[in-house]
Amino acid sequence: MALNAKTIPNKELFYGHKACGGCGAALAIRLALKVLGERAIAVIPPNCMSTVGFIYPHMPFFVNSIIPPFAGTAAVMSGVLAGAQAQGLEDYHVVGFAGDGGTADIGIQALSGMIDRNDRAIFICYDNEAYMNTGVQKSGLTPYGMKTTNTPAGKNFHGSQSSKKRMFEIVAAHGIPYAATASVGYPEDFLAKVEKAMNTDGTSYIHVMAPCPTGWGTESDVTVDIAKEAVDCGLWFLAEYEGGEFKLNRDPKEFASVEAYLKKQSRFSALDDADFARVIRERDESWARMRRDWTK
Amino acid sequence: MSGKLFVSGDEAVALAVRQAKPHVIAAYPITPQTIVVERLSDFVEDGSLNSQYLYVESEHSAMCACLGASAMGARAFTATSSQGLLYMVEGLHYASGSRFPIVMMNANRSLAAPWSIYNDQRDSLSELESGWIQLYAENAQEAYDTTLQAYRIAEDPAVMLPVMVNLDGFVLTHTYELVQLAEQETVDAYIPYRNFCNKLDLNNPKATCITAGPPYNMEFRYQQHKAAVDAAAKIVEADKEFGKKFGRSYGGLVEAYKCEDADAVLVTLGSVAGTVRCVVDAYREAGKKIGLLKIRCMRPFPAKEAAAALKGAKAVGVLEKDISFGYEGVVYTNVNSSLKEQGLSVPTANWVGGLGGRSISKEDIQGIFDQLLSGRLEGTQTAFVNLRRDICGA
Amino acid sequence: MDRPKADLSYVVKALPLGPAFETGQLHDVSSGMRTFRPVIDGEKCVKCLRCFLVCPDGAIDKSGEALEIDYDYCKGCGVCRRACKPGAIRMVKEAEA
Repeated sequence: MALNAKTIPNKELFYGHKACGGCGAALAIRLALKVLGERAIAVIPPNCMSTVGFIYPHMPFFVNSIIPPFAGTAAVMSGVLAGAQAQGLEDYHVVGFAGDGGTADIGIQALSGMIDRNDRAIFICYDNEAYMNTGVQKSGLTPYGMKTTNTPAGKNFHGSQSSKKRMFEIVAAHGIPYAATASVGYPEDFLAKVEKAMNTDGTSYIHVMAPCPTGWGTESDVTVDIAKEAVDCGLWFLAEYEGGEFKLNRDPKEFASVEAYLKKQSRFSALDDADFARVIRERDESWARMRRDWTK
Repeated sequence: MSGKLFVSGDEAVALAVRQAKPHVIAAYPITPQTIVVERLSDFVEDGSLNSQYLYVESEHSAMCACLGASAMGARAFTATSSQGLLYMVEGLHYASGSRFPIVMMNANRSLAAPWSIYNDQRDSLSELESGWIQLYAENAQEAYDTTLQAYRIAEDPAVMLPVMVNLDGFVLTHTYELVQLAEQETVDAYIPYRNFCNKLDLNNPKATCITAGPPYNMEFRYQQHKAAVDAAAKIVEADKEFGKKFGRSYGGLVEAYKCEDADAVLVTLGSVAGTVRCVVDAYREAGKKIGLLKIRCMRPFPAKEAAAALKGAKAVGVLEKDISFGYEGVVYTNVNSSLKEQGLSVPTANWVGGLGGRSISKEDIQGIFDQLLSGRLEGTQTAFVNLRRDICGA
Repeated sequence: MDRPKADLSYVVKALPLGPAFETGQLHDVSSGMRTFRPVIDGEKCVKCLRCFLVCPDGAIDKSGEALEIDYDYCKGCGVCRRACKPGAIRMVKEAEA
């Protein structure tokens, strides 16, 4: 049965949290938990979601959960799994919800270790492209040209000077049983991928683009639209890696305007025509490579 | 599995862990702890230990995996040393603050830089504030016994704190001794699995390691501190009960050896206590009244017990393998503080020895006792034992 | 309304052992974060449930005959309004609601 608004449960498992209005990460977690169900065990490192999700005694996570050390999300997931297995527990899903920094920077070592062990757990990276919880600083998944509080945009530099790490491919290079990219702009696609991850016998990884109105400089109501637009303009992509094969889930014949996408967000307000050209060139190179290597 | 085996300190710990049957073992190799993880993986491979053995990519992850396992109510074990201990420091605080009864063996080794793989106790003694119960073993038998006691202490419902069992690197981890093993049934009865009250529960979900803001945080800290203080009685009880069941006990928190009428007492911890013991015996035969106070437990600190053992002495020395740079040895600070708390004004002196693997000989210890007995303690505040004064500008 | 309610009178009487606490307890509401509130026009709503799907707060309950918004936890972000193709949701200023 396809997962969609009609088929997913009405019951909320991440409710009453204090995230900003229009938070993409909160939406991603809410949807993922609807798929994983009440017997999920969530591991959420120090990030916005744990900050807004456990304010003793106010407890918006309705499933078993633990805040691990920032660098140790995946290792704590493995420990939870091993502890559950050793005691013969049944019918549960261990899931991690880490941000882009908690995945691609400080969390990458432990994540690599977990994939190496092929522990049966689901690592979900909600990517809002900067360290939002500390006030919008650059991470390894911050795109070129994004103004953050430690990559300021001025005369000399127009925000972040590096491009996003190819985290999905880094994960795939481990030979992981299942990995996917997703976006809150395509929620049904995300739901289906969470379900696939849940049924994977081994480690799975989902990298979901989750806009942050506060850090991106957008109105709170456009979160889902801007996430969709990132995919439609080709700066994000929907793909899967399964059984050693990459697959592009969406391969648009024509991209929506990159410039229009960037100009909607104040984080890119310093970009000039040369910057737009660079972003488009990198997009095209990236798609040429993906199409060459990932499509038959 | 019972009987006597000629094994190293590391192997003694591994044998005890096999009998403690942790659900989860997560460890990363580091000299001189490595043999522990090797033996445990052998036991898992040959089926004599039915644990989930996690091959982690770092000590940080080793501790994290133990956090996760313990959060699920599983018995967990890890082992480390030196740089590895420091790499997992963040997790140490998570474990104690979340009241996870993890047991860890630490092979005491120096810290870089300069690099040294050899023994001193700067690693564990720099983590006295981590909230872990810290036990120190003198020999392989005590290491084996203490590892079993550690689970009893950690998982006591009134304690629920992690325990670190310390063995001097190489001096104890790699030297061989005859070790009496316990009957499995007796071990099972001594450390039965317990249901941790703070564990996650699929049928009644909980969140753990959560945030507690200013209105509650300090009260969690107070509870943690009280548990650590109250653990002292449980450590004594665990040792007594161990004595009843297995025929060996170690005095609980401290062992006062020939201290009753001693003029001079040397306080120390770990394997060097064995050497001090020999010197005490020899001097006693020669009619010199000296004693040894071996500290088994650095946290909670046995302030009353230490002061009680030292109250009759005319001079007290503290010999330790660490230094708090710019001040003095931290064991010395703790001993002095406990003497003051108990209203004792006995003269004290501090010897720092064995840093980076420098050996401490019987002669060195004789020299320390001679000075203590002489009553002339000038120049003994943070005196470095066996220092090559000519090359370091001393 | 099939949504959890906050117990605002809850007082911590005794701390648990370590920071381990039963989940799913709500002791605070989010309504104070709201400037505009979404209002669903039942006439125009076709119950496509798009708003329910994309609400970051899960504040839209789909269990009843008509969709219902839990104003205790709706922050008024407006994601639902933009997602509503028939235009059945309008944002109304709190003071005027």
